[in-house]
Amino acid sequence: MKEIMLKNVVGSFAEDKDLAREIRTKEIVPALDAGEEVTLDFVDVDAATQSFIHALISDIIRKRGIESLDSIYFKNCNTVVKKIISIVTDYMQESA
Amino acid sequence: MKIHLPNSAFLGNIDPFLQSIDISDSSKLEITTNKKWISIHPVVLSMVAARGLTFQNTNIYCEQLEATSKHYLARMGLFKLLNITTTIHITEHESAGRFIPLTQIKNSADLTKFITEIIPLLHLDPKQSEPIKYIVSELVRNVLEHSGSQHGAIVCAQYYKKSNTIRIGIADTGVGITRTITTSHAANSDLDAIRLALTPGVTGTTRREGGTEYNAGAGLFFIKSIAKINRDFFMIYSGDALYKLLKSVGNAAHIRLYSDPFEDRHSKKENLPYWQGTAVGIDISLDATREFSQLLDAIREIYLKTVKERKKERYRRPRFI
Repeated sequence: MKEIMLKNVVGSFAEDKDLAREIRTKEIVPALDAGEEVTLDFVDVDAATQSFIHALISDIIRKRGIESLDSIYFKNCNTVVKKIISIVTDYMQESA
Repeated sequence: MKIHLPNSAFLGNIDPFLQSIDISDSSKLEITTNKKWISIHPVVLSMVAARGLTFQNTNIYCEQLEATSKHYLARMGLFKLLNITTTIHITEHESAGRFIPLTQIKNSADLTKFITEIIPLLHLDPKQSEPIKYIVSELVRNVLEHSGSQHGAIVCAQYYKKSNTIRIGIADTGVGITRTITTSHAANSDLDAIRLALTPGVTGTTRREGGTEYNAGAGLFFIKSIAKINRDFFMIYSGDALYKLLKSVGNAAHIRLYSDPFEDRHSKKENLPYWQGTAVGIDISLDATREFSQLLDAIREIYLKTVKERKKERYRRPRFI
């Protein structure tokens, strides 16, 4: 299991899409490729933009199918972050 | 170009100001003001500053200001940003809690700094600052990613005690919405392009539903929705077109969101003086600000409904002959 502490990289307001893409391509995707599960830990992340979450996970869902969500865990999310993540995952499933 | 700052230009009455912009001479910028009083929305200041940055400071002519409130322009950093001399002297003081002066954001690092260091100076509680951070981030990232402006985004904000409102203005002098949207979608006019840009799931980066790895086409829709649910003004001006979301009336709990911005209570104008770039203004009433998580519930519902409907439109039936 690979665990990624987002606060350390993106701060308390997760909005930088460039960082999101970097986390995805350099950490999440290689771990999934290696057959690992990934935990994205949002502890102390107060809020995230839809654009950030989209840049973080949408391409994984698009390329690997919605089943890829079975290998990704979202930990310590507050209500706002949970809702933003749900909007993005719903959107990716509905638009597929 | 001539820009006249009137005695009053807020989102509710900004149309005459936009109509008065004289774009006939592109070799210089002349700034004139009302002789008695200048009371303007931050988006007006952001527009003047953004346009001013496209001129050499020697080609910017600002008349001797007489209005009682002329110090406001200096305090918001207009002359400093444009590097033009002024005889207006102000006593610099901490902007905390009242305003964010004109700030040029040219890259992601500038934006992060603005969000983490400048917005907290407004001393809002988290419930109030979350939507503001969200709005600034999404709008400025739009500028950085799509506008192609070498000057980036010009942002400023002001707290108005009487109405307990934060007013925010963001302007750029980039390629404008039409150029961005028509990369992937057909738009017959600047107003068409604005309409598409405000529609959820439409991005200039692709025609494909679901967007790209980097863009979902939801940013402006989210921002318009935040304004609508909070019963605030929101305006977007690009090319020769203006779209303005008017304040919703009635019980806040029953406000409906629409995917088509023309179904919202709005006003629109075409054939305005051509604004090369995009300007966005928004008001956030702090009294009316609903919990951000509640806003997200409403936005999620209409966002997904729209995507489903569009998916249904693409269904193909078997043709039995």
